Amino acid sequence: MADSSANAGPKLESMKVVEGSYALAHAVMCCSPDVVSAYPITPQTHIVEHLSKFVADGKMPSEFITVDSEFSALSALVGSSAAGARCYSATTSQGLALMFEVLYNVSGMRLPVVMTVANRALSAPLSIWNDHQDSMGARDSGWIQLYAESVQEAVDLTAVAYKIAEAEDILTPAMVCMDGFILTHVYEPVQLLDREIVNEFLPPYAPKIVLDPKNPKTFGAFVDPSMFTEYRYMQYQAQKRALLAIERADREFFEIFGRSYGGLLEVYRGDDAEIMLIAMGSVCGTIKDTIDELRSDGVKVGLIRIRSFRPFPVEAIRKALADASVVAVIEKDVTVGNEGALVSEIKAALYNSKVGIPVIGFVVGLGGRDVTVAGVKNVVSKALGVREGRMDHEFEFLSLREELL
Amino acid sequence: MKLSLGAMAEPGSTRVTKTGAWRTFVPQVDHEACIKCSLCEIYCPEACIHQVEGLFVPDLDYCKGCGVCANECPRNAIEMILEEK
Repeated sequence: MADSSANAGPKLESMKVVEGSYALAHAVMCCSPDVVSAYPITPQTHIVEHLSKFVADGKMPSEFITVDSEFSALSALVGSSAAGARCYSATTSQGLALMFEVLYNVSGMRLPVVMTVANRALSAPLSIWNDHQDSMGARDSGWIQLYAESVQEAVDLTAVAYKIAEAEDILTPAMVCMDGFILTHVYEPVQLLDREIVNEFLPPYAPKIVLDPKNPKTFGAFVDPSMFTEYRYMQYQAQKRALLAIERADREFFEIFGRSYGGLLEVYRGDDAEIMLIAMGSVCGTIKDTIDELRSDGVKVGLIRIRSFRPFPVEAIRKALADASVVAVIEKDVTVGNEGALVSEIKAALYNSKVGIPVIGFVVGLGGRDVTVAGVKNVVSKALGVREGRMDHEFEFLSLREELL
Repeated sequence: MKLSLGAMAEPGSTRVTKTGAWRTFVPQVDHEACIKCSLCEIYCPEACIHQVEGLFVPDLDYCKGCGVCANECPRNAIEMILEEK
């Protein structure tokens, strides 16, 4: 949990201006997966198109399995990963929804698959644009979930995700979530990874037990009620251990690549912050700009950017909020029938702790609506109102267009 | 016994894991009425009816008591009766 000012970042002269999807596919290539299996779907398509081309051009010695659906894409990786292959897939929205039952098979069989989720809204109504509803729907599937703010971070997280997922005491699949279009289709300067250096960071995947016709075994076998709970508990414990592994991987990545993001979460201008915003993903860029503006006007506001949503960093969040007066959660999903998923979890993290401060929640950016500096300022002004004792709404849809209703 | 990671099992685990305890009804075969047509053996979805010394006998370690054998028997030689445990 470092302040982001400690992150020196890549040197400009060695950066390339590329599309987010290209940078991400390049990062996957550098991680040398044995098997890639994916089905194209907007806005993930460019990632797998680039990977397909790398394989066709002989730059990437991976098996690229073309399949009929996302269900098959991930199912093919169940077998491949169990056979000892390093596996990669990418999807979004409806595709991730179609993978739903396979997600649980992958995590339950403890297969360290890494998958990019190019976050997009779920139909209906049909939308190809960004929000976090898709990966939020998979939050209980047993996968590690990491959220990137920038293309560079999505690139770096890809290598980090393999490092964490494949650790012997973790063996849990990981999703790297990057905002669809906002990050997948943007052209920005990126320090591309280098295969040789990634090899230094990421040892080859060599599981002890694999599917092998000469020594047959069953994975994910039938278990009766006397043992099922214990299997889930083992997954629960592995994710608890991942809390440490994520911090450790961030430090190891920094030692080799010179970039660090803070591990489980990043605190931005948290010193003496009375209003603490909490968010995930690319919207944090806009939030940071807004904070810079407000800080120059003397408003004491900071940001906790959650990088790891699963495992959820309860202790780190409590620590980061120790001196705050009000929390405002900004998120791109809604649990219809209650409130946002992130605000619920933040409240739950604080309930049995010494941090007894008000928490308010805001849904923003559903189905790709832009989140503006003015919108974030609106959130901060509402949080300031709560500090004065005025809580009009505990939870609301920000900038709702009342005239359409 | 310690649990294996990812519920990995060695081959032949069903020899160890007996599943007959799920049963409520148990087939009772009238061997006098049986004409040895073997339809019960063919239709048993668990494939757990076998010929033992010429007689068709359900393996109660695996029989789920579904009653398909009784339904298929052309001589009504198999009766499903509530099993007392």
